[in-house]
Amino acid sequence: MNWFTNTLGSSIGKKLMMAITGLCFCGFLVVHLIGNLTLYGGKDFFSAYVEHLHSYGPLVTVAELGLLALAIIHVLTGLTLFFGNLGARPEGYKVNKNAGGRTIGSLTMPYTGILLLAFIVLHLIQLRFVNYDETMTVFQNVSNTLSQPAYVIIYIAAVIVAAIHVSHGFWSAFQTLGANHPKYMPLIQGVGIVFSLVVGIGFGLIPGYILSL
Amino acid sequence: MSETINLTLRVWRQKGPRTQGSLETYKAIDISTDMSFLEMLDVVNEELTVDGKEPIAFDHDCREGICGMCGVVVNGRSHGPEKGTTLCQLHMRHFSDGDTIFIEPWRSKAFPVIKDLAVDRGAFDTLIQAGGFVSVNAGGAQDANCLPVPQEDAEKAMDAAACIGCGACVASCPNASAMLFVGAKVSQLALLPQGKPEAAQRALSMVRTMDELGFGNCTNERECEAECPKEISISNIARLNREYFKAGLFSSVM
Ligand code: SF4
Ligand code: FES
Repeated sequence: MNWFTNTLGSSIGKKLMMAITGLCFCGFLVVHLIGNLTLYGGKDFFSAYVEHLHSYGPLVTVAELGLLALAIIHVLTGLTLFFGNLGARPEGYKVNKNAGGRTIGSLTMPYTGILLLAFIVLHLIQLRFVNYDETMTVFQNVSNTLSQPAYVIIYIAAVIVAAIHVSHGFWSAFQTLGANHPKYMPLIQGVGIVFSLVVGIGFGLIPGYILSL
Repeated sequence: MSETINLTLRVWRQKGPRTQGSLETYKAIDISTDMSFLEMLDVVNEELTVDGKEPIAFDHDCREGICGMCGVVVNGRSHGPEKGTTLCQLHMRHFSDGDTIFIEPWRSKAFPVIKDLAVDRGAFDTLIQAGGFVSVNAGGAQDANCLPVPQEDAEKAMDAAACIGCGACVASCPNASAMLFVGAKVSQLALLPQGKPEAAQRALSMVRTMDELGFGNCTNERECEAECPKEISISNIARLNREYFKAGLFSSVM
């Protein structure tokens, strides 16, 4: 198995892990967004979705453990790459200028990543690790949480940060996997931008909708 | 009639590899806009020499954009602000009278400063050595066209082979990564039948050596592609990644 760890342990191997786990999270975002969109269908529709999801029982736990494993790989590899890169240029430039390759997304990747991690921890504490019963349904918790102005600000900021992270991460994952093709690269980049906008708008409008109820 | 301009230079001066350096200020007076950037530095150096001062050390050789020796960071841009241009081919007409120009050496752990603006790019030679050899049949010349190469592949290999090894990709990469250089070197051989037998060995060995030499990790910032004087495309980096995965996961090379 040495060949396997050697291959994954190099700079390109680490990028491969970032790309694969990152694309899995893109998939998760799609599923999570579709689930959350049921909120727009009203309280009963959303509760039916929650019930349906919970009816999968142990499968949900397996999925959660899978996501946890992906998160550990993504975060630890990302941090290793980040600190490695700081060391690759011990003395920086006095004048820095962008030649046109960098974007806000690529420039801020490690920082948006760390912010997202912090938000996800908070998000899980507030919505996942709660004892739900008849007196506290998921819908009630969601609407209680989203009626606190401080949390709404944090939530919207986090959604914007996620959109920025994805705007670079999506196409970048394809490039890392070696999928750079003159016919498909422009499409992949376009899909990445549209995807980040959909994530930003789809999640970002939820607090506004909840407040208007 | 050529125009002349006056400039203020802020140049990185550093006596040796292990000494502290700093930005020093110089005046460049009556610079013809037809001069190249290196010729402008020559003028400044002549004056420094006449004044009994140490001239500014910088690398150069062909001065016609083909050897890859020249290169400094001008106002934060590798080889200056013009696209697809080496420093020796950058002309002073791209600057205006009264400009202040910051001139710094390539910055990377793998390219230590030797003196002033000259850096040691020996790491690139080590990388080329790590690439190894290609098998070419000895003996009488082969019949023409007995090794067919599609025109498109030949073009792509030529595009990759245009890399002059200047190091601007490393210098301009926010992570000081050498992926564009290695991508170009791996691609030019991976695309041709002559390079195929050793392709797996070459990809693994070059990537491992690249990591050992202290280059950073690529995060697809695309600054290298924007700054490369030969406009090498990052599709070569994608090809390097493919060659690496193929070699690491599916070849029998360890
Ligand atoms: S890829 Fe471009 S920037 Fe990098 S060494 Fe080759 S010619 Fe210079
Ligand atoms: S001196 Fe040869 S490329 Fe500039």
